[in-house]
Amino acid sequence: MILGIDVGGTHTDAVLVENFELKKKVKVPTDNANIMSSLLSAAQNIIAGENINNIKRIVLSTTISTNAIIQNKIDRVAMVLLAGPGLAPSTLSPGRDAFFISGYINHRGVEVQPVNNDEIGQVSHKLQRENIRQIGIVGKFSTRNPQQEIDVAHILGNDQRQFSLGHRLSGRLNFPRRIATTYLNAAINNIYGNFVNEVKKFVSQVAGDIPVYILKADGGTILIDQSLSCPVQTIHSGPAASIMGLLATAGIKEDAVALDIGGTTTDISVFAAGDPLLEPNGITIHEQKTLIRGLYTKSIGVGGDSSVCIKNGNICIGPQRRGPAAALGGEIPTPTDAMIVLDITALGSKQKAMDALAPLARDINLDIVSVARAILDKTVAIIADNVKQVMDEINNKPVYTIHELLEGKTINPEKLYVVGGPAALAPDIAKLLGYPYKIPEHYEVANALGAALARTTAEITILADTEKRELIISEEGTVMKIPHDFTLEDAISVGKKALRERAAKQGADPTDIVMEVTEAQEFNMIRDFYKTGKNIRAKIQIKPGLISAKKT
Amino acid sequence: MPPKEKKTGLIFFPAFDWAISETHPEREERLLYTQDQVLEEGLLDFANIKEFKPGIATYADINRAHICVPDAQSLTTPSHLISAGGAITAAKKVLTGEVDNAFALVRPPGHHAMLVAHGARGFCNINIEAVMVEYIRHTYGIKKIAIVDTDCHHGDGTQDIYWNDPDVLCISLHQDGRTLYPGTGFSEDFGGPNALGATINIPLPPHTSDEGFLYVLDRVILPILDEFKPEIIINSAGQDNHYSDPITDMRFSAQGYALLNEKLAPHIAVLEGGYSIEKALPYVNVGIILAMAGLDYSHVREPDYNAEKLRQSADITRIIEKEVQNILSLWKRKGKLKAQTVGTNSYVRREKNIYYDTDNITEKQTESVRVCNDCGGLVMINSAADTGKKIFAVILPNRCCPQCRKDGESFFEQISSSLYHHVYFQDREKDIFIVKPRV
Repeated sequence: MILGIDVGGTHTDAVLVENFELKKKVKVPTDNANIMSSLLSAAQNIIAGENINNIKRIVLSTTISTNAIIQNKIDRVAMVLLAGPGLAPSTLSPGRDAFFISGYINHRGVEVQPVNNDEIGQVSHKLQRENIRQIGIVGKFSTRNPQQEIDVAHILGNDQRQFSLGHRLSGRLNFPRRIATTYLNAAINNIYGNFVNEVKKFVSQVAGDIPVYILKADGGTILIDQSLSCPVQTIHSGPAASIMGLLATAGIKEDAVALDIGGTTTDISVFAAGDPLLEPNGITIHEQKTLIRGLYTKSIGVGGDSSVCIKNGNICIGPQRRGPAAALGGEIPTPTDAMIVLDITALGSKQKAMDALAPLARDINLDIVSVARAILDKTVAIIADNVKQVMDEINNKPVYTIHELLEGKTINPEKLYVVGGPAALAPDIAKLLGYPYKIPEHYEVANALGAALARTTAEITILADTEKRELIISEEGTVMKIPHDFTLEDAISVGKKALRERAAKQGADPTDIVMEVTEAQEFNMIRDFYKTGKNIRAKIQIKPGLISAKKT
Repeated sequence: MPPKEKKTGLIFFPAFDWAISETHPEREERLLYTQDQVLEEGLLDFANIKEFKPGIATYADINRAHICVPDAQSLTTPSHLISAGGAITAAKKVLTGEVDNAFALVRPPGHHAMLVAHGARGFCNINIEAVMVEYIRHTYGIKKIAIVDTDCHHGDGTQDIYWNDPDVLCISLHQDGRTLYPGTGFSEDFGGPNALGATINIPLPPHTSDEGFLYVLDRVILPILDEFKPEIIINSAGQDNHYSDPITDMRFSAQGYALLNEKLAPHIAVLEGGYSIEKALPYVNVGIILAMAGLDYSHVREPDYNAEKLRQSADITRIIEKEVQNILSLWKRKGKLKAQTVGTNSYVRREKNIYYDTDNITEKQTESVRVCNDCGGLVMINSAADTGKKIFAVILPNRCCPQCRKDGESFFEQISSSLYHHVYFQDREKDIFIVKPRV
């Protein structure tokens, strides 16, 4: 059995899954002031009367990290930056305790300027004086050579301080995003560490030695102990659980679009041959762009409870939510009220819904039923337009080779999956988009199911430079010597071995690891008309998906 | 005063799967480190910088700018169509108002490709700026355009295509032709008889540094642009004036390039040459993008930059000052030059020997232009290459006058196609391209 728990904004759901079938489900309200108590209550509820020894793993999806950031319950962080030439420091936003120090690495990973020990000593004094204990260290191009970040941490190191190093959190290039990612990682380090301790205490009390996993933003799981060095990977665990839940409940196999229509927003996600799409560069949280690998989702400000009004004779939907639907005691008319008026949904008081729409109907000289229809048409049109725009953006993503440009691989959705309260709008949205829809079953606990059945994911980035005779795997902090005749195939095989080890360490079932090479490029380096070596780049991933028995 | 932010489009197409040959400067690796630097600086995350996918140019787009022998299809590969398509995409984004300016960071380059093209020269098959300029005129009805060629090599292809066109101002600043390929571009080369002053050449001595480039910009380029009043300014942006470039001899820096682009404020920049792929391009490109977007570029610097070591000598400064005086005095007298140049002739002829270094082809060409006070003038070209191809072309200019049109159409009708492999008719005004095959 697998126990999956999803701590959402309103409800905490728990499911027990046996032989890949839902065995039991529980829903309790979430106490946002005390997430731990909600988690424990859901867990205790669901395991009551069960044989705990049958539980093989526990998977959690929690808003703990996201909430800490959004509610600004984070630690003070000092950022030590090796910025080198390029963007002006004023264009970066590393927080108020930022120290720009000497030393930098170039695009080839060559140290151009060494770090200055005296300067770092001065930083150390300031950290001491201000009593700052969470420290982020980020160098430009540190993913190409992590040594300076490591050295700075070494010099600053003492018992009191905890370090987040940029190169370990992502192998991708993007200095400003690396700064934001590292900052957030350091900022939630403590709060996340405390959460993990409590979870472990609880599990050992009630269940003994069961492995516990956390769901990451990319829809993959990681052993809770392994997540301690990269808590920032666990933000957006909720949206990830929702997409994994769709996979678990709808069995998506084709190119598809999924809509989660909530009260305030509608989240759009996209699947390519059944695989959920990832954000190309990293997710954005609280307006901060990061390098955190995460599932692609676009949130638009239209939902069942969006406020509806008339502006200059036109119906406007959202983006604000001003309380629940009028039928449920709210004060402002909403798309949900329109659905109630048209008998698409039976909820609350139909009379209240009609009363709420009446002034709008008068404003634009329509009867109430027609105005309800017009509101839904508008809602559906906004959602469909956004889906089209999302597909357009995805299919027009720039590519950098002639082959890719001419081949022009695109995603062409064949089905629309719709979940959430106003899912009854699915037929109308599907009509505008021109492909059929499906509303999956068990959606009320889909997030917990998605978490329970998600596999462990991982990604590594390889850079091999045969002129320097060096290979780097940034995420692992690995720097190794290679021979001058090292090839792209060699790099991929070294990478696959490293990825397999990384995944196993993070909790993947070694018999269930499917790797995918997502990037493989090899360039001859020519200097003065002679070939001096090869510059080899590769990325290998274990893509998000369900553990394998569910696949078949 | 801090510069004003602008919305900048970036069409980045490094063609990571295309090279002229394995060790050629124009190879897969060329924009690799530029990509690294652009990504690492996070430039694509700025709200006012937006990346676009390049379109693919059509043969019709090429036939507006070139006479390709035997045809556009045989002379191009997908890489050329994408690189020209990238330039066109840049133009579209600017002219539809989606962005304020745009930089097509594409390869292969194009500024050595001439009006008649029998093959590749100077790494160029088709002239991507010219294909873009003709697209702009054809699609948006823009009349006056200026191309400022900041590549270290004379933009001889662009000059050739617009030699007789008074509406397209071609300014090229480059390393003195006596010391570098293609060996042309002297200040006396000032445009065809109906377009005197619409070609400006500014040769600079080897070892010219930031000071010299910016002097020429302030004293010649900006004042002439002010007077010409183009609706669109294009930077044909070669990056081989950089002090670390392996095939040239200049001393321009990333800061210099950024400042030049800030002052020139081109609507569209199109990458041309530049082969110091590690030491220059990453920094120069980041500098240009930041400058175009109106962002702070003051911290963009090459790791080995040393202003003192790069400073130009007093001799160089004197040579440049003298050249500037020459050009300005020519520019002031441009109205009076026509009578001297043309005399009583009704046609002016140019004989050209053109060598295609990349494809090892030699071409002999005679260009005749009708002396005309109403338009750029009817152009007729007779060309034979040592590939055995012999062609004749009749070219009507944009905004063609009735007399030139009448003469051109009747020449094309009369000319016997038995003497040539192909006879071409290119009407830039009406966008007509006809080929008469050999009978």
